[in-house]
Amino acid sequence: MAGSPVQVTGTVLTTRRVDAYHALTVVAPGIADRFRPGHFVTVAVGGRNSSMLTRRAFTIHDVKPDYGGTVELVFGVRGAGTAWLADLRARDTLDLVGPLGRPFPLPRDPCTCVLVGDEHGAAPLFALGDALQQRGCRIDFVLGAPSADRVFGALRARRMGETTTLTTEDGSLGMRGKVTDVLPGVIADARADAVYACGPMETLRGVTAVAVEFDIPVQVAVEESMACGIGVCMTCVVPVIGDDGVTRMVRACTEGPVFRGERVRFDDVGTIPFDALGAPGGRHA
Amino acid sequence: MTADLRTYLAHVELPNPVLTASGCGGTGRELAQFSDVHRLGAFVTRSITMAPRAGRPTPRMAETPSGLLNAVGLQGPGVEAFLERELPWLAERGARTVVSIGGGTVTEYTALARRLAGVAGITAVEVNLSCPNVEDRGRVFARDGAAAAEVVASVRAATPYEVPVIAKLSPDVADIVAVARACVDGGADALAMINNPVGMSIDVDTMRPALAAGTGGLSGPAVRPLAVRCVWQVHAALPGVPIVGMGGVTTGRDALELVLAGACAVAVGTALFHDPYACPRVLRELEELLQERGFDRLADAVGLAHRPAGAQPRSRSDLEESSL
Repeated sequence: MAGSPVQVTGTVLTTRRVDAYHALTVVAPGIADRFRPGHFVTVAVGGRNSSMLTRRAFTIHDVKPDYGGTVELVFGVRGAGTAWLADLRARDTLDLVGPLGRPFPLPRDPCTCVLVGDEHGAAPLFALGDALQQRGCRIDFVLGAPSADRVFGALRARRMGETTTLTTEDGSLGMRGKVTDVLPGVIADARADAVYACGPMETLRGVTAVAVEFDIPVQVAVEESMACGIGVCMTCVVPVIGDDGVTRMVRACTEGPVFRGERVRFDDVGTIPFDALGAPGGRHA
Repeated sequence: MTADLRTYLAHVELPNPVLTASGCGGTGRELAQFSDVHRLGAFVTRSITMAPRAGRPTPRMAETPSGLLNAVGLQGPGVEAFLERELPWLAERGARTVVSIGGGTVTEYTALARRLAGVAGITAVEVNLSCPNVEDRGRVFARDGAAAAEVVASVRAATPYEVPVIAKLSPDVADIVAVARACVDGGADALAMINNPVGMSIDVDTMRPALAAGTGGLSGPAVRPLAVRCVWQVHAALPGVPIVGMGGVTTGRDALELVLAGACAVAVGTALFHDPYACPRVLRELEELLQERGFDRLADAVGLAHRPAGAQPRSRSDLEESSL
């Protein structure tokens, strides 16, 4: 562990629009110090007497050393909670808990990695890219979204990556299609040794299938809805195969959000697989 | 001067009245990252079952106004793994542990109580009566006084006398006092209330229930008035029975409300999802509120709202002798 999570009341430093998304930079030294790529934070939304009880989880896009340490979150407005966050202004305060979750494991030796991001799921890939490059890795980006304004971080990817391939479903930017359509080509061209992916479950399932085809390791960061983010509420579970071959319903917030792609039973997400430990009527019951 | 916050669950003394609610504190390790588990009045485990349980499919959670619907389905590792990995850890850290147990039949509850009997580090056993009774078409035990009492009596009989048995009641009943009385007659040393009332939410975009299980338990401040009513009614009918009050406690004021209604201890549940420091904060706030009101002892405030209108707040000398 890079250190246990802390709760801080951070001051909003800047807010900005990034295409279809909002980015919020918050002064949170305790969290910035402990950050490793792939970590996430949860925030309380709605102010002091909020009627919204669950914390919202966001991956950390970036940390900077300014003001003792800042974290930047990227999000799209999807409901009342994210709408409240989007209305925050500089100098407002925000209750954050973090850093949380299992970060991306990094390769011991320099190798070639493809970083795949779908929509604002791409946010944590840039800090990961930095960490990989510091270890002498070559990185290639594949970023996608339904339309051009929802592709996140294309410019930064172009600056950082050896190559950057963009896809949009409507063809408004880069190749028409999904990230999984171009991924085999990118892996083959770069002779990639590993894949890292963030985005919706469906994308992660596709990316994992491609990586398995190429027989290279794949690390995926899952997006599962959470209430607490610290491992007590048991609502963010996904079926994952353990080292012993047994499928367990594990918490995305604590055992994840980063998993080895081939261990996640994407086809069974949203169900309790009959052979999972403790499944109703299962062999362990 | 600081107020005396000690409280008693039957004969067991707790240093303070703030507990975690079952199923809201994980294994204890998760909360220990933020504050010491031994500073809690007691740590209440999630409901432990005989066999490992994978729980319900996702989505398991839906946010509602000032509330949360959940249908986790008692996911847990089973009693053996609990005794091997979770309880020793809690004991090592000096936490007082209340083990919550859940089962589908009276036999299963009894077997669990037998398995826990004599195990070191168990402060009390809480019987989660809101489990579907497989022998009664899946209706929960807590719905019916006779079914609840049967479970409580069998657990009481299998549990060593020095370990109190707490019956956890559901508010989804016509007459909670009748169920409470049946549990006490069945041997319950204390009562805990309320468990989640059952609710439902439908996603109007997908036009499907928001939870995979359809219905789920409602928790959070939305249910607090229900909790206050249940504690009030049961304390009025059974003033000598210790009550652990819970339901939407997020601040010291909420805790004090349940104490005034008749609870001698208070459990914090859903608030832990929002604020991992909720337990120590609620305790601090409760202590400040008691001091502001001139109480030297928590016990003096228990059930105080029941005094007749116009009576002096501190005139209840009968409480001096009571174990509450």
